[in-house]
Amino acid sequence: MIIVGAGQVGSSIAASLAAEHDVVVIDTDSARVDELTYSHDVLPIEGDGTDLETLEEAGIADADMLIASTDSDETNIVVCGVSAIVGDPFTIARVKRPQYLRAWEQRRGAFDVDFMVCTDLLAAKSIVGVIGLPTAQDVDMFADGLVQMTEFEVPADSPVAGQTVAEADRFDSLTFAAIIRGEDVLVPTGETVIEAEDDVIAIGSPESMRAFSTAVAPQEDEASDVVIVGGGEIGFQVARLLEEGGYKPRLFERDEDRARWLAENLPNTTVLNGDATDQELLERESVGDADVLVSALDNDQKNLLSTLIAKRMGTGRTVAIVNTGDFTELFEAVGVDVAVSPREATAEEITRFTRARRAENVAIIEGDCAEVIELEVDGDSALLDRPIRESMADLPDGVVVGAITRGNSLIKPRGDTAIERGDHVVVFTDTDVLSEVTEKL
Amino acid sequence: MSPVAVDWRTSATLVGTVLKALTVPLAGTAAVAAWYGEATMPFLVPLGLTLVAGLALERFDRRDLGLRESYLMVALTWLAIAFVGAIPFVLAGQGVLADPINAMFESMSGVTTTGATVIDSFDAHGKSIHLWRALLQWMGGLGILVLAVAVLSQISVGGAQLMETETQTQDLTKLTPRIEETARLLGMLYVGLTALMVLSWLALRVAGLAPNVTLYQAVAHAFTAVSTAGFSPEPASLGYFSPAVQWVTILFMFAGATNFVLMYFLLEGDPSRLRGSDEFRFYLGIVLGAAGLTAAFLAVDGQFQRVEPLVRHALFQVVSIVTTTGYATVDFDLWSAGAKHVLFLAMFTGGMAGSTTCSIKTLRWLVVVKSLRRDLFTEIHPEAIRPVRLSGQAVDEETIKDIYGYVLLSLVIFALLTVLVVIDATRVAGGVGEFEAMAAAASTFLNIGPAFGAAGPYGSYLHFPDTTKLAMIALMWVGRIEIIPVLVILTPAYWRS
Repeated sequence: MIIVGAGQVGSSIAASLAAEHDVVVIDTDSARVDELTYSHDVLPIEGDGTDLETLEEAGIADADMLIASTDSDETNIVVCGVSAIVGDPFTIARVKRPQYLRAWEQRRGAFDVDFMVCTDLLAAKSIVGVIGLPTAQDVDMFADGLVQMTEFEVPADSPVAGQTVAEADRFDSLTFAAIIRGEDVLVPTGETVIEAEDDVIAIGSPESMRAFSTAVAPQEDEASDVVIVGGGEIGFQVARLLEEGGYKPRLFERDEDRARWLAENLPNTTVLNGDATDQELLERESVGDADVLVSALDNDQKNLLSTLIAKRMGTGRTVAIVNTGDFTELFEAVGVDVAVSPREATAEEITRFTRARRAENVAIIEGDCAEVIELEVDGDSALLDRPIRESMADLPDGVVVGAITRGNSLIKPRGDTAIERGDHVVVFTDTDVLSEVTEKL
Repeated sequence: MSPVAVDWRTSATLVGTVLKALTVPLAGTAAVAAWYGEATMPFLVPLGLTLVAGLALERFDRRDLGLRESYLMVALTWLAIAFVGAIPFVLAGQGVLADPINAMFESMSGVTTTGATVIDSFDAHGKSIHLWRALLQWMGGLGILVLAVAVLSQISVGGAQLMETETQTQDLTKLTPRIEETARLLGMLYVGLTALMVLSWLALRVAGLAPNVTLYQAVAHAFTAVSTAGFSPEPASLGYFSPAVQWVTILFMFAGATNFVLMYFLLEGDPSRLRGSDEFRFYLGIVLGAAGLTAAFLAVDGQFQRVEPLVRHALFQVVSIVTTTGYATVDFDLWSAGAKHVLFLAMFTGGMAGSTTCSIKTLRWLVVVKSLRRDLFTEIHPEAIRPVRLSGQAVDEETIKDIYGYVLLSLVIFALLTVLVVIDATRVAGGVGEFEAMAAAASTFLNIGPAFGAAGPYGSYLHFPDTTKLAMIALMWVGRIEIIPVLVILTPAYWRS
């Protein structure tokens, strides 16, 4: 396994893979390579990842997987291309600019990149998912948006608290995959009682997610007034995705030229040229009345500051981007409702991919205790051609089939549902049994 | 002495080419004159003159046409055609047009597609002279269409570069990579529309709905309707013809002032561009709104007893004025103040950019309206950045400034001409009413045609003093080629390097 680029994402991936795999890390910066060597059991090589000789030295000919994760999109794509000349590894490229991802999605496998992750788009999508659902902590999409996995936090005053799963499950095409209570992951039956402060993992159609969100917190209206602070790539993508969803967000950007560019490219967004830590400006634009404020600045201190100011002014919910380090929990502890770390998310996405290679999509549940994966059912699957009730007996505990898609339609799985070849299944699984499950499915 | 920085020789050779091309319509009109047994000499003499002048001018060295040379070429071309156009009127020696200033007024009014006439007695002029008037207008319309696509969209003339984004000439140039090719396509559409109008008039005749339409009438009016110009060989203009003919003519005037690139896409089977055009909706809205208002005033006044004539006459006059054609089906000078003032204000709108229309044009007004609305929003939200959008495309702030400048300049020139008309009329004769003077100034400078009072739709501009006529001749020219090219060549900086 070769990782090119020992930045935050690269190091984080290397750290999580080092225990199970032989990891070689290539970076041009010797200090970074040294640092990594002391902390983890990896083989460091100082050099240029786009250089064929360096890659050969790293053993590209026999490598199973290559992860290109430098700060330059173009370098990452070239690394994948060069590696495919001499070896046949599964290549993963991280990019920042969404246009590369869009081009690659036109023809998957283009540039000899087998899988492409777009950091900023990934972060923007998860923010937009959280905005759409007032009680959601985490949102992930499966099967081209047909299926959604959502982690709901049940507040103390929620009508759902105290109900059994059977009582709460009044929705078509929604499956309660798991309940996280403290450190425990429970696979619910009909009789399981949902308690306040539980995190409920639900899998189903996006519509049913919205309906359930309303059931969890009826007093919370769906957000309509969204303020975005910072018009970088993430801020821009969040605004663009919100526009697609029919929102008319407001966006603060400090740089005048950038603000002008944003205004021209976001027809339904009101772009304001100003500093989001300028309290007078926030006051005048009545940011306190906003339902959600997303802080997507480059600077973590400013993200924290602007969310806290907004919170004090009365903004409904605040979402902050965390750029450096592992501050997500700290942010959430001091009052930010949802903290999103794009690099962490990217590193996770890539790591997950290395674990379940067959998976079309993966989502990780907070704390790495469980995963939701999407698989296409092939000839050897334990699920094939028999009711789910029967196949469940052959699978370990802690596995739930959350949704099935056949063609372009979503099927809610029941005990007697038979799965056909070519169906896509979205499965919740405990991390402990992950490898066993992916093997059998 | 510092060298002149403008390569005027290149501009002159291009004018020479245009002059040479004028021999074709002159020869055609001479043939028509011979057919009707009228004098051919008034057309054959200028034919010889233009041929010699054209060939002589073409002998200059021709180099690449730069920005400065295009301004000069545009200004000179219109002036030269107007001069040549006046020669047959003088040589024919019929009625008031024998006078050189009257002849020049009529010719300039023709080639600028204005349609203001000095003719007081229509019968005094032969069929060939009336056809020459119509032909001048048709050439003027074709000229402005080519000019708009090939030249004005390339140089920054009061926001004319917006043509590039709004009319999507870029998309068209993808189909036809050369600008000449684009101009040729639009020229063919123009010819096609003219032919279609001739055929539809004749079809109405065959169907028995238009008893007094002849081939001559159909051609003479098709030439002046599609070019949104407005000369008619009939003293009663379109009032001479049946309601069916008037309805059909409304459509062709409307089409003449619709963006030709969008019409081209419509014919290609893509109506989405026309439907998606903010300017088209604005143009349509202005026409329908002004027609509705006019009809309401007429209804209150009890002008027409039945609905069909009321709607037809209101719509016809409004379309005629908004598109800057200048036909009339009734003497709207006799209408009440309400209806007349709606028509007066309609003079300032014009039709869509990229058509044969004149005046300020809906594109500029739409940008003005949108940017005013934007400015009101940023008044409350000073930090907000809100680009002005046309059909989804953001408009450059520099362009918006140009457009404000153009609109202001138009209104100032209009005001100055009004004052001149009033002073001059007072000096020579019994004076003129302010409203009449304003209407005559707007109608000539904005290239519409008829005004109110003595210069109303069934009147003429004959009674104005020669000094006023000369000023109007100059400003019809300035107005038609979008003011700036003329003003630019009058600045000393233009001639210096």
